[in-house]
Amino acid sequence: MEHNIWIYLLVMAAVSYVIRMAPLVLIRKEITNKYLRSFLFYVPYATLAVMTFPAIMEATQVPAAGLCALIAGIILAWKGCSLFQVAVLCCTVAFLVELLPFF
Amino acid sequence: MTTENKICFLHGMRDGSPIALGYFAVAFTLGIAARNAGLSAIQALIASALNNASAGEYAGFALIAAGSSYVETAIMTLVVNARYLLMSCALSQKLKPDTHLRHRMLIAYDVTDEIFGICVAQPGYLNPWYAYGAIAVAIPGWALGTFFGVIMGNVLPTRVVSALSVGLYGMFLAIIIPPARKDRVIAGVVAVGFAASFLVNRLPVFDGVSTGIKTIALTVALAFAAAVLFPTDTDKKSGAHAPDSENAPHSP
Repeated sequence: MEHNIWIYLLVMAAVSYVIRMAPLVLIRKEITNKYLRSFLFYVPYATLAVMTFPAIMEATQVPAAGLCALIAGIILAWKGCSLFQVAVLCCTVAFLVELLPFF
Repeated sequence: MTTENKICFLHGMRDGSPIALGYFAVAFTLGIAARNAGLSAIQALIASALNNASAGEYAGFALIAAGSSYVETAIMTLVVNARYLLMSCALSQKLKPDTHLRHRMLIAYDVTDEIFGICVAQPGYLNPWYAYGAIAVAIPGWALGTFFGVIMGNVLPTRVVSALSVGLYGMFLAIIIPPARKDRVIAGVVAVGFAASFLVNRLPVFDGVSTGIKTIALTVALAFAAAVLFPTDTDKKSGAHAPDSENAPHSP
């Protein structure tokens, strides 16, 4: 069967949108259950942590560059650097480490 | 647009700019995948402008290349993007309960890891205009990156792409580390999250499991464990309950 790329794109877009829209539209009230609230409170930290490591080491050509960027990022964020500063300095660290001759 | 909304929009644009840069770099590599799947630059641009999902799009392009069915594509998109369902649930609690339907439907268009991250990091309730500001700069970065990825292929040196792709993770760190510094439980969630994610990605037992499923399973397990062991105080920690405490720390 011949498939049409535009239909694929439509299917992907529709599914992606509904997933994101349903909870925002359906959950109109503040959730009062203590455990459910706590669960949702911890979701962002859990998911962003899980997505950051070890993925950051696979994003660079050499894993050490990603690891150095991770350590630098943690230190800079801990010291209170802004979102932009942390992002740019992480890139710089990764770039410099990859320039080192032994990699 | 009221003055307050305008300021929020500009703040959103400011925080969205580094995201847009990172998106451009990541989307560039996504464009290469799109070209390999047989998409034109315009199709890739539209795919990115409508999907706003790196892993979801990668998976979709792979299925298009393989000539899979539309149903398979729908199920795969659902599974790979299921974490956005969780994020939207969490984000629903950052919105004022009386937030209008059209705002809810518009914000939903671009709940990505990064936009979600900066939105939940806002103190108190989320002003939708903040999200719009971030989306206004992030989407063009994402869509144009994919577009140029198709057209220009491997023109950008790999070193540069490689370094830029770290920027997104830098942003994640800037979002999770400062609260972790103030709250031991969050610090624990982040540390255990790093360790568990590392193990699950390295142990051969989990080789057959997709990255999307791993992310969802670990997120649910960690957030569930933290919620059961350390439920938050009703008012103190919740973002949605904090708007007044920011301004009036000494009120009774």
